[in-house]
Amino acid sequence: MSTTFSADDIDRSKGDFYFPERNKFDAGYGLTERTIDYICDVKNDPDWVRDFRKRALKVFQDKPMPTHWATKDLENIRFDDIRYYLSDGQKPKRSWDDVPDDVKKTFERLGIPEQERKFLAGVEAQYDSEAAYSNIQKAVSDQGVIFVNSSEGLKEHEEIFRPWFGKVIPTGDNKFSALNSAAFSGGSFIYVPKGVKVKHPLQAYFRINSENFGQFERTLIIVDEGAEVMYMEGCTAPKFETSTLHSAVVELVAMKGAKLQYVTVQNWSSNVFNLVTKRGIAHEEAEVKWIDCNIGSRLTMKYPGVIMKGRKARGEVISIALANSGQHQDTGAKMIHAADETTSNIVSKSISIGEGRSTYRGQVHIPRHLKNCKNNTECDALLINSHSRTDTYPAITVRGNQHATQHEASVSQVSAEQIFYMQQRGLSEGQAMSLSVNGFINDLVRAFPMEYSVELKRLIDLEMEGSVG
Amino acid sequence: MSLDIRNLHARIGEREILQGLTLDVPAGEVHAIMGPNGSGKSTLAKVLAGHEDYEVTEGTATLDGKDILAMEADERSRAGLFLAFQYPIEIPGVSNANFLRAALQARQPEGVELDAVAFYHRMYAKMDLLEMNRQFTSRAVNEGFSGGEKKRNEILQLMMLEPKFAVLDETDSGLDIDALKVVAQGVNAMRSPERGFLVITHYQRLLDYIQPDVVHVLMGGRIVKTGGPELALKLEAQGYDWLKDEVLVSA
Repeated sequence: MSTTFSADDIDRSKGDFYFPERNKFDAGYGLTERTIDYICDVKNDPDWVRDFRKRALKVFQDKPMPTHWATKDLENIRFDDIRYYLSDGQKPKRSWDDVPDDVKKTFERLGIPEQERKFLAGVEAQYDSEAAYSNIQKAVSDQGVIFVNSSEGLKEHEEIFRPWFGKVIPTGDNKFSALNSAAFSGGSFIYVPKGVKVKHPLQAYFRINSENFGQFERTLIIVDEGAEVMYMEGCTAPKFETSTLHSAVVELVAMKGAKLQYVTVQNWSSNVFNLVTKRGIAHEEAEVKWIDCNIGSRLTMKYPGVIMKGRKARGEVISIALANSGQHQDTGAKMIHAADETTSNIVSKSISIGEGRSTYRGQVHIPRHLKNCKNNTECDALLINSHSRTDTYPAITVRGNQHATQHEASVSQVSAEQIFYMQQRGLSEGQAMSLSVNGFINDLVRAFPMEYSVELKRLIDLEMEGSVG
Repeated sequence: MSLDIRNLHARIGEREILQGLTLDVPAGEVHAIMGPNGSGKSTLAKVLAGHEDYEVTEGTATLDGKDILAMEADERSRAGLFLAFQYPIEIPGVSNANFLRAALQARQPEGVELDAVAFYHRMYAKMDLLEMNRQFTSRAVNEGFSGGEKKRNEILQLMMLEPKFAVLDETDSGLDIDALKVVAQGVNAMRSPERGFLVITHYQRLLDYIQPDVVHVLMGGRIVKTGGPELALKLEAQGYDWLKDEVLVSA
């Protein structure tokens, strides 16, 4: 196929802007015990959190970079050139009118206040290290639903927060969960009481405004027995010449019969290292579903996981990844079966454009003593140009003889004949490519809430524009 | 719309396939092209549609006087050219309805949205005419379709896009008599004084249902004989040998 490709960045102009920094609190460069003390002092963290952070710092420093299996690009992260905490010292506002102008303009440009008006139950908008805006609909908070940022969560709701904090993802899980455990700031804390089904989604939006900065949001969501909630997160950053680091930890807990859906559309600019640890525990008959779309960033490493701890628990990961030139999307899923009759489902579709690279890593673990567990995995890759790359590393460990597991994988190209057929019907080459690519991910896009799926299609079309000469 | 081809030479790689093809199809007429295997029938269709594997080395092709060889494949389509493919390709994940909508939308002037209700109305009417089950609207284009269903789908697209000139590349291959009749019905419903058709076929049988005004025979990359519908009947009865002798004699 005679398509040429421009290796330069696709226009991400929607998110590519920034305002001058006016930080009241700046932890300076590098991460040491002094940085931790600074962060704790500014945030007025309780002692148990200060200790937690300091222990995590040691774990982070002791652990090596996992480059024996992950990409060597990780070695390009300069931990000493990053600022670990920046904020204007303000508490999150409950009304957009009270949010400082530059911050408000940022979120208006990204469409957040409008979305909130139209269809959300609550919004957290984080700007660099802290939440600038945090609001929940009265109807929802009247039901006892708690939706605040992590600082408020650990201070005002310690009795709910602390028992689960660091239990789903222990500090030492990996080098970056340890880093997050040391430097975390922002992120959401959500508690949904028994039987409460939150009708509209809760949304968080993470925005990086500053250069040489690391954002470490920490999210903990606990859905009590029989309750249900959907949480959506979006993220963007302006494109800086220097690298930015985003290392989040998301812990989900679904109690008996609860349902939790976590939707992410990640569109970081191409200088961001996005290293995220996400995991959920599903108790008896509960369900944790990750719907994950990765379009941006220089390197994303993210393997949403579910530990099915109770009988008949269900875990699901739906993942779409798009890697353009200069990008590596290293994503996948982890399904750990720890009870009988648990079911897990993984569907991953990736698209590699130009010299982009996408990788799928999937872990499925079913131990011998369990009965009647099921796993279904489907991972499909689409290669657009001749130098596009995709890799698949399934790690399936199943023992015992009453389980059903299925693994399907495919790699395909958009055929020139398909493009010609569509052109013969009047579609330009670019339109034909877009249609083909959208067709490839179509059944997954439908899993996203409608408002997100429209935006998703738009983002993918934008990416496709550059892939055709 | 009229199609005018003069002395067309085209090759794929090093192989010369069309070797001086001249053909004139005035608007309102249906012309049939027959010929032995390898004579260049499908090549002609692909070259007219603008397939990038083929290179035109000499000659011209115009639609109502406009040079189509200078246009990209999609431009030619929007200029009014339609090709019903011999082997229609599958497009997974893209529904028939969405595909047709996209194709029609591509022809709208900038900023004009297609009327969705009118679109569905029209599409169902055409599908009924072609005896196509309405379920086909939500199925992915050609995916899992039988040969006959694919050919019917080509004609559905023809009827929806209303091209000014249509080239049908062996539309009858793989069709049983009943499907053939339905497809022919669709094509005949599209005949008009403004529209031209070039029907490429192996077998005379299709021409019982889509009666041509003129029949051409393509051999060795050029038109060697032109006649009325009776020419097709003669070929069916006698094969191509008599023609080959004739051509040799006049060469």
